Amino acid sequence: MTGSIAAIGMGIAVIGAGIGIGNVGAKAMEAISRQPEAVGDIRSNMILIAGLIEGAAIIAIVLSFLAR
Amino acid sequence: MRKILISCLFVFGFALFLNAQDHSHDHHNHDHHNHDHHDHNHDHAHKDDHSSHGGCGHHEVDPATWDPAPTAFHHISDANVFSIGPFSIPLPCILYAPDHGLSMFMSSKFDFDWNAHEGTGHKAIDRYVLDLGVVRRIKDNSFPMGEIKIDGITHKKENDVTVGYVCYGGNKYQIEDQSTIDGGVFGGGMTSFYDFSISKNVISMFLMVLFLFWLFRSVANTYKKRRGMAPTGKQSLVEAIFVFIQDEVAKPFLGHKWEKFTPFLMALFFFILALNLFGQIPFLGGSNATGNLALTLVLAVITFFVVNLNGNKHYWQHIFNFPDVPAPVKAILTPIEILGVFIKPLTLMLRLFANITAGHIVIIIFISLIFMFSEFGRNMGIGVGAAAGSVFLTLFMMAIELLVAFIQAFVFTILTASYIGAATEEAHH
Amino acid sequence: MFILADFDFNVMRPGFGLLFWGTVTFLLFWWGVGKVGFKPIMNALKEREDDIQGALDEAKKAREEMANLKSEHTALLAQAREERSEIMRSAKEAKENIINEARTKAKEESSRIIASAKEQIENEKMAALIDIKNKSGNMALEIAEKILQKELKGSSDQQTFVQKLVDDIKLN
Repeated sequence: MTGSIAAIGMGIAVIGAGIGIGNVGAKAMEAISRQPEAVGDIRSNMILIAGLIEGAAIIAIVLSFLAR
Repeated sequence: MRKILISCLFVFGFALFLNAQDHSHDHHNHDHHNHDHHDHNHDHAHKDDHSSHGGCGHHEVDPATWDPAPTAFHHISDANVFSIGPFSIPLPCILYAPDHGLSMFMSSKFDFDWNAHEGTGHKAIDRYVLDLGVVRRIKDNSFPMGEIKIDGITHKKENDVTVGYVCYGGNKYQIEDQSTIDGGVFGGGMTSFYDFSISKNVISMFLMVLFLFWLFRSVANTYKKRRGMAPTGKQSLVEAIFVFIQDEVAKPFLGHKWEKFTPFLMALFFFILALNLFGQIPFLGGSNATGNLALTLVLAVITFFVVNLNGNKHYWQHIFNFPDVPAPVKAILTPIEILGVFIKPLTLMLRLFANITAGHIVIIIFISLIFMFSEFGRNMGIGVGAAAGSVFLTLFMMAIELLVAFIQAFVFTILTASYIGAATEEAHH
Repeated sequence: MFILADFDFNVMRPGFGLLFWGTVTFLLFWWGVGKVGFKPIMNALKEREDDIQGALDEAKKAREEMANLKSEHTALLAQAREERSEIMRSAKEAKENIINEARTKAKEESSRIIASAKEQIENEKMAALIDIKNKSGNMALEIAEKILQKELKGSSDQQTFVQKLVDDIKLN
């Protein structure tokens, strides 16, 4: 079980997605604390955008699988 | 809480005990065996071995080089046996090979050990064998048809690819997987047979669909019976989730067309949620339907059709001819938009698959820690300590997976709703 | 790649069986449960939502009506109170009027009586004075007659003088 350069690519992709989703979550928390009555809207949009970012990361991971 | 911990410790201790016994048994008749992975002259050296395995028996696990990944892959894989705890239950096999035709039989015909978890068959039937619970086929057509007793199945790593061999009559016959539609991208491709069996995942799908059918029918009847009254029992549970999806997903994203698509979104959500949760019940089949790319592919393709068949003029115009944009930008934008149409369901498919599969693999690896630390029963003291640590890690991971089961079902549904919403949105400028 | 190339990592290779059964099961689930479960529940929920909305609206209406009634009630009460005070005030006024009228009438009457009494007294006085004048004149005449009969039996100048005196008295 030796590593490959693709594993590093995977890691980088996940770092990017992690930063992105972290930002989304942080801003969503701020928005909720500022406007607690809009929590439903903010939550679903937060999940939506986190999902889109995750989608990019997943594509990167799969491409790193394929580019061996 | 204490009860749970104690029972967990008991179960893992029991597993450890079984494992230790198993391996001491291995040790007993293994004196003449070397490791398949390290000795390529294996079958020559043991051609006239007195053991009935013919070079295909269990092999000693080497704690130093043991890799938990294949174990994990075995556990998350679809199978033609349904294993509850340490027992295996046969399932119907429906196999089609172009050169042989249709074969239908119960997987018990492969003569696997009912009280062993692995599900490795001792018989080949029309060149089909049961290898670690999965039906595979012997490539070589010189192998006799009909029910044949085989000596065993072994795996070898060749060019980083593990290949299975059936030992029969002193020879080794390579076996191959069922046909898959990934076209070799993920190591699959078309082979000599197609597996339409009612496999473990299909059975769990049936079970969950029947359960949900019963649940929703009885809830709907309760609504009819208790019209104008407050909800009770399972009605309250279903209603809470139902109203959540309806009000948080369907209505905000679909506008006034929400009623048309709500059944589809509900079907997606409850189907995914039920299978996610069913796959997390320990010792009960370990079904991994939503962690199998085939099922998420089915869901993604159906979503793709629902989105694009309902796309209106406005939607297609934004893909092929984005309004108010200069021609050179259009030349870049249009391919991206067309790509986006396919990438959206693709990410849906991969996201669900990756999340569920990753969760299962992590749990199995955490449990494997016990065996790695205890060196497969050779060092019980460390093993017990590792078990105690592993229980906490596994419980933690299971709690996270429970969360993920809901989140992924919700994410799949909300993203589908947003895609449908984008496709059916009326022009407003 | 160690993972994907492994013989056992077959979850990423979609087999025909699961594709076929998955499609069949999901479409059946969507159709069947949609028919017996989702749609009836959706309709029941909508119906109940409408019911609740209707009940709430009704309650609101009832409350509004109550409030209306109450305000009407209080308005009526206030009106009645006002009317009462109005009546009382007018009654008081009437009373005062009557009293005043009576008083003025009584005053008038009394002053009239007094006036008539005065008149009468004056008249009586005048009558009495005339009477006294007449009586005293007569008395004086008698006295004078007596005196004169005694003193002035032949003296004419005496007689004129007396006559003159008598005239003077008459002027008075």
